[in-house]
Amino acid sequence: MDAPLFLLFAFIAVASAISLVVQTHPISSALSLVGVMVSLAVLYLLLGAEFIAAAQIIVYAGAVMVLFVFVIMLLNAGTEHKSSKSPMVKWFGIPLLVVFIGVISFIVQGMLPKSALVVFGTFTQGGPLEVGRALFTTYLLPFEVTSILILIAIIGAIVLARKEI
Amino acid sequence: MNFFILSLIKAGLIAFVLLTTLAYLQWIERKVLAHIQLRVGPQRVGPHGLLQPLADVVKLLTKEDLLPPYVNKFFYMLAPFLAVTVALIAISVLPFGPEIEVFGVKTWMQLTDLKIGVLVVLGLSSIGVYGVALAGWASNNKYSLIGGLRSSAQMISYELPLALAIAAPLLLSNSLSFREIVDTQAGYYFGVIPRWNVIPQIFGFLIFMIAAFAETNRIPFDLPEAENELVAGFHVEYSSMKFAAFFMAEYANMVTVTAVATLIFLGGWHAPFPVEYGSGFIPTLLFVGSGAIALYHGLHPARPFDRITLPITGVVFFGIGLLFLVPVLQPILLPLFWFTAKTGALLFVYIWIRGTLPRFRYDQLMKFAWTFLFPAALLNLLITALLVAVFPNQ
Repeated sequence: MDAPLFLLFAFIAVASAISLVVQTHPISSALSLVGVMVSLAVLYLLLGAEFIAAAQIIVYAGAVMVLFVFVIMLLNAGTEHKSSKSPMVKWFGIPLLVVFIGVISFIVQGMLPKSALVVFGTFTQGGPLEVGRALFTTYLLPFEVTSILILIAIIGAIVLARKEI
Repeated sequence: MNFFILSLIKAGLIAFVLLTTLAYLQWIERKVLAHIQLRVGPQRVGPHGLLQPLADVVKLLTKEDLLPPYVNKFFYMLAPFLAVTVALIAISVLPFGPEIEVFGVKTWMQLTDLKIGVLVVLGLSSIGVYGVALAGWASNNKYSLIGGLRSSAQMISYELPLALAIAAPLLLSNSLSFREIVDTQAGYYFGVIPRWNVIPQIFGFLIFMIAAFAETNRIPFDLPEAENELVAGFHVEYSSMKFAAFFMAEYANMVTVTAVATLIFLGGWHAPFPVEYGSGFIPTLLFVGSGAIALYHGLHPARPFDRITLPITGVVFFGIGLLFLVPVLQPILLPLFWFTAKTGALLFVYIWIRGTLPRFRYDQLMKFAWTFLFPAALLNLLITALLVAVFPNQ
């Protein structure tokens, strides 16, 4: 049951990602990104990382992307205009893209371990308890540093948004 | 294969009961509102308007389905579908009662119990925003757009206090599965006072309910559809079944939110006082009492047709009351009664508030969320976390 589900949602993720780039209207692009995020969450779920899957939906699809959509609606951004293609894009665009994807996949394949295969359902450390424990023991320093980084970003946003200081 | 058949039966049963509840919730709302405002409410279709929901369904199904020429077709069609689907899915992780045995088959009164059940409900509610926001935008109408924008801003703002208010009782229960959360609330302090989370978490409960009102776009936070300024807000361009989908989504969200409040704060299906003091007889007492009142008024009728309808109602209530005394049915009916009673009481509060309070102004709404509700929820969570850390075994 896992393999067909994986194939289905991997396909949806890739299709949404392509649609994200191809769409001309910002709202369609933003919603394609939501599609990518939701199908990624399903892939996490298939791998046994249920907490990460839920967090992905709540934080990215539910909060971050709603803000994106909100801003696009507020600014009432219209459809993009396609610029007339230069001959460079016409002749070299697709071959260069193929070469680029080939190089990337070659490098990633080289980085992967040779023998270990991903087996669905073997990973059981994805619950909220295990993730919480890992965050507060093994990854305590990165966790705290990230939270301070976000705090700095919030303060920066407030400083930029205020008219007089 | 047994598992699939069982799940299919349960899913069908839950879907049927939920959809009927949604239809009749609207009848109850209209009736209660009418009585608050000294009217009689729906009265023509069936006795006391009881068949009104059916008539409404037929009306909505047969109405002309308009597709305005200026809308963005794809998103216009997607929005109501998304809203209602997401709202209805949430019920699948909510338990209504303990493990029961029917004809020798042991099963939980729940479709599925996830280790991350609470997070699933939160995630679905955050996806639900898209339905409203997209409907507002795709309609290509200025009132709709303002409604959609208001709704997305409001729902992002109130999701934070909502999640923080839930986090505090979760610390006490030490789990994210609804089943385990309810299990930790079983039993009684000093043998009488229930161990419900609402007692140590009364502030958390109040914050949760306020945020829940805003999340479901209900009065006093119904700015996305404020009738007197935005006509009907985000769904002004929708007709027929697409309008009904938004309507259903709103009521389904209400049911989900009150059920979650019942499960997390009010002890789920546990009785408010122990069986030794006779909590098992409360439903019988209530139903037989109501039946007796109906019978009395049937014998002294104020209107001619009461002579027939009220005695019938009385006898039916007597029957239901006696069902609660059958030992075989008790383990199924009693938890279901307490769960329904608590959820129903909260739903009544929803309707009561709709009949009582005026609408907030938009700046008041945002100020209230960020300067009062959010800090209060954070403080509540901090104090709870501190107490849990200092007294780990309480």
